[in-house]
Amino acid sequence: MNKKLRSFNSPTFLAYALIAPAAIYILLIVAWPVLETIRLSFTNSSLAGEDYVGFENYEKMLSSKKFNKIVTRTFVWMFFSVSLKLIIGLIGAILLNANLRGRSMFRVLIMPPWVVPIAIGMLGWLWLYNGYFGIIAGVGMHTGILDGPFGFLAYKQSAFISTIVADVWVGTPMVTVFFLAAMQGVPRDLYEAAYCDGASRWDRFFKITLPQITPVIITMSILSAIWTFNSFEIIWILTEGGPRGATTTLIIDTYKQALGNYKFGRGAARAVVVMILLTLFAGFYLALLARINKKISHG
Amino acid sequence: MDRYTFLEKFFIYSAIFIFMTFILLPFVEMFYASLRPLDHLFRSPYQFYSDDLSFWAYSEMWNTVPMLGRYIFNSFFLASSVAILTLLFVIPAAYSYARFNFPFKNSSLYILLAINMFSGAVLLIPLYKVLRTFGLLNSYQAMIVPGVAFLIPTSIWLLKSYFEKIPVDLEEAAFVDGASRVQILRHIIAPLSTPGLVVVGIYAFIGAYAQQFLFAITFNQKKEYMPIPSGLYEFIGYQSVKWNEMMAASLVGIAPVLILFIFLQKYIVEGLTAGAVKN
Repeated sequence: MNKKLRSFNSPTFLAYALIAPAAIYILLIVAWPVLETIRLSFTNSSLAGEDYVGFENYEKMLSSKKFNKIVTRTFVWMFFSVSLKLIIGLIGAILLNANLRGRSMFRVLIMPPWVVPIAIGMLGWLWLYNGYFGIIAGVGMHTGILDGPFGFLAYKQSAFISTIVADVWVGTPMVTVFFLAAMQGVPRDLYEAAYCDGASRWDRFFKITLPQITPVIITMSILSAIWTFNSFEIIWILTEGGPRGATTTLIIDTYKQALGNYKFGRGAARAVVVMILLTLFAGFYLALLARINKKISHG
Repeated sequence: MDRYTFLEKFFIYSAIFIFMTFILLPFVEMFYASLRPLDHLFRSPYQFYSDDLSFWAYSEMWNTVPMLGRYIFNSFFLASSVAILTLLFVIPAAYSYARFNFPFKNSSLYILLAINMFSGAVLLIPLYKVLRTFGLLNSYQAMIVPGVAFLIPTSIWLLKSYFEKIPVDLEEAAFVDGASRVQILRHIIAPLSTPGLVVVGIYAFIGAYAQQFLFAITFNQKKEYMPIPSGLYEFIGYQSVKWNEMMAASLVGIAPVLILFIFLQKYIVEGLTAGAVKN
């Protein structure tokens, strides 16, 4: 390789100059607000002004029973939502991976919940969950499972479950699509060899497909944990965190404190907790990704 | 390979039917509700059959919410602005990541992935204060500025993988022959990467269209800048909710994104899954 070419391939200054606009933009709109949130969490900032208050926001937050309940609730909500997304997504991917007529059409038809703005999809769910006129209560009443109108979002437990179902609805298509892509990436000759050896369809699934797509399953479980943890609009539109706080997760609580009551300081302290948890998830995800990449490059 | 027996086929199709029902029921119900008169909707218990179906709600909705057309325009305007701005920031960065080696290249790429995990909802407080300081609250910019930031990371990853597919030999040959970098960009990279740019642009457009709600309800109170997802709430009146018109307007609001996506789904899905699956 001649000298001119080498300079073509590693012009450090040019490389940084090209990245600079995007990097500066992200620093301004994402990184700086992160630092500002940390600073605000040590103040009693509101629309009226702000004073330094030390750890007061954190002390109040961590000693409140309500906050501890919110944290537990967030993880329970997340656990059910993520597990359901993975299970339904895996089943969906298996079904749509079957070599049957119409599968390419079905693969397109599963996308809408993923593509449509969540805020609009949730209006559909609001209507479905309507206790008097919605189809779910309607089917319940016609079949006799319900003996009268039932507002799914009006009671603590049913609201909790209903928001999970709606969240699963939003998240499943993407999980399905990623699992499908992984399944299609499994080398065909593995299946052909197994088929010649007389392995049944179940054997081929559990001994070839599943081990081959495990890295993607793990990646998707962390990614959907992060997205589910961040899920705001679904709960906000369906219940605003109610009834009586039954669907208030950390994100909802942060939003309510900060932009419902304009208590920026208290909200910021909650946002910091959210960020710490997110950073843990992200670190876990990146470490895993690095390990998977290493495995691949080492064969 | 072995074929499916009739029973297996029957079982798989039934399972697909149940799966698709879960996925599509809200849309089917939205469409059905949009066709029914309001007093039919308000019958309890639910009636599966209406004899009075019409597209009346699709014409009446413009009278109930006079600014509806404006909201739809706003959504398009916001999403297109965000997509174009995102591309402007992302093209040079993605090119740099695809072609050059430099210190901190991999770590900064991973940082981009990590940033992806911070949703707008966590950073609303400082963003609110920043936008207030610059006097940007209650304007288009209030929704555009944060929107771009959260789409940059994924877009860089997507476009980087497109650029990597263009053989570097072409550029090297041109460079050795004395072409300037600008010429290379214009005559080699730009034409070859057009499909990639379109896909990333559409991805940013759909993403921007989807994320409008949160920024709109937090940073904007002015009706004239409101996008459709928050504008739809005007169908909720003091007395009752005009569900049929709200559903009609919702479907009109999502139709353009859905159509765009259906035409380009193959490319978008390929691009998005490539990173997570093959990496």
